[in-house]
Amino acid sequence: MSDDEQLRVSKIPRGTVIDHITGGEAMHVLSILGIEGGDGDTVSIVMNAPSDRLGTKDIVKVEDRELSQAELDVLSLIAPAATINIIRDFEVVEKDRVSRPEEVAGVLSCPNRNCITTGNEPVESRFDVLAEGVRCAYCGTIVRDDIADLID
Amino acid sequence: MPHDHIISAKQLSRADIEEVLDRAAEIDDNPAAFTQRHPGALLGLLFFEPSTRTKMSFTAAIKRLGGDVVDMGPVEYSSVEKGESLADTVRVVEGYADALVMRHPSEGSAKMASEFVDVPLINAGDGAGQHPTQTLLDLYTIRENAGLDDLTIGIMGDLKYGRTVHSLAHALTNFDATQHFISPESLKLPRSVRYDLHEEGATIREHTELEPILSSLDVLYVTRIQKERFPDESEYRAVAGEYQIDAQTLEEVNDDVTVLHPLPRVDEIDHDVDATEHAQFFEQAHNGVPVRMALLDLMLEGESA
Ligand SMILES: [Zn+2]
Repeated sequence: MSDDEQLRVSKIPRGTVIDHITGGEAMHVLSILGIEGGDGDTVSIVMNAPSDRLGTKDIVKVEDRELSQAELDVLSLIAPAATINIIRDFEVVEKDRVSRPEEVAGVLSCPNRNCITTGNEPVESRFDVLAEGVRCAYCGTIVRDDIADLID
Repeated sequence: MPHDHIISAKQLSRADIEEVLDRAAEIDDNPAAFTQRHPGALLGLLFFEPSTRTKMSFTAAIKRLGGDVVDMGPVEYSSVEKGESLADTVRVVEGYADALVMRHPSEGSAKMASEFVDVPLINAGDGAGQHPTQTLLDLYTIRENAGLDDLTIGIMGDLKYGRTVHSLAHALTNFDATQHFISPESLKLPRSVRYDLHEEGATIREHTELEPILSSLDVLYVTRIQKERFPDESEYRAVAGEYQIDAQTLEEVNDDVTVLHPLPRVDEIDHDVDATEHAQFFEQAHNGVPVRMALLDLMLEGESA
């Protein structure tokens, strides 16, 4: 991050900074993380900051929180260029790019209302990740746009 | 048969398909040789929506192999009415049978059910999804009448919701077949099916009219256009009328095309076609028994090995 950006959002003692989120997708990132504002997490958001790589980008900082692999997997679908910075004692201790998984399980719900995974069955949703979009492993429905809308 | 469960035509390779069709041909040639193939074998029937025909066909198949059925019966009288999950139902019923056949109104139900059972499970239709045994009997009939390679086939009618169409189109990608899809604009192939066909490198063409291509076809596979797909009766009549065929058209345009239909039909194939050489749809329905016998034989054989 440049100094300029650091001014926009102050450093955090401990937690995760998700940088290079596709501009405008920050709110979706929050919903992937299950952050609705009511649970007391300290969250800072920058939206539509200028970015050399992306044109505009969003940044999300979440204090006292690290991301699960499932969360990272879904994140990669809506923000493929995102970088994940793990912060401890105000320092970046780990920096990772998200990578597209082969499948995502348990995070998205199938938009096909007639799909068995949307009923009352003891089964996790599972989507295969395609070059463009995702596909329900059970009913075969393909979703290209608005994947974030499928987050449970 | 390398598969534990038969869920989708997509899982079937050319070798798998040929293995089943070859066995079906053996059965057709000499059914008496198979009557004691699986004495005492029990096939569990789980039909969560009515499909008398498919059920009868499977029942005939297992009985002609020396086995019998255990039938869940109509959903109204089962635990499903009490709110039991499908996953629980199949786990209970697998203890009663050597193999299961399931028809269910939800897409993906057969795949999910198969993850909960150890006995072989055959999908006999999951919502608008897949119906692989229909596909196998379709392929068997096409092979008998026109051959599966160097084949030009027209598939006409409701291509959007017709699961038999989706399964068949996918299975044909294993062969040297050119597929023409003929339907009203509103009932074209869904995106997921078109995606699969492209992935498989299939040669497909889509049309809104049959006439320009009818003369090039070896096989015309007709499906029913359902009234419920249209906002009103008059629109349905206008559209459906465009996708009907009769004996005269066939004689004039293509006098050796084989006409198939998964049945039941309404009026998309005129009754005057029935008496012609074109009509193979009753034969096609009858082929359900040897083809399902072949599949069950191969699956049960694998079980006891
Ligand atoms: Zn689904």
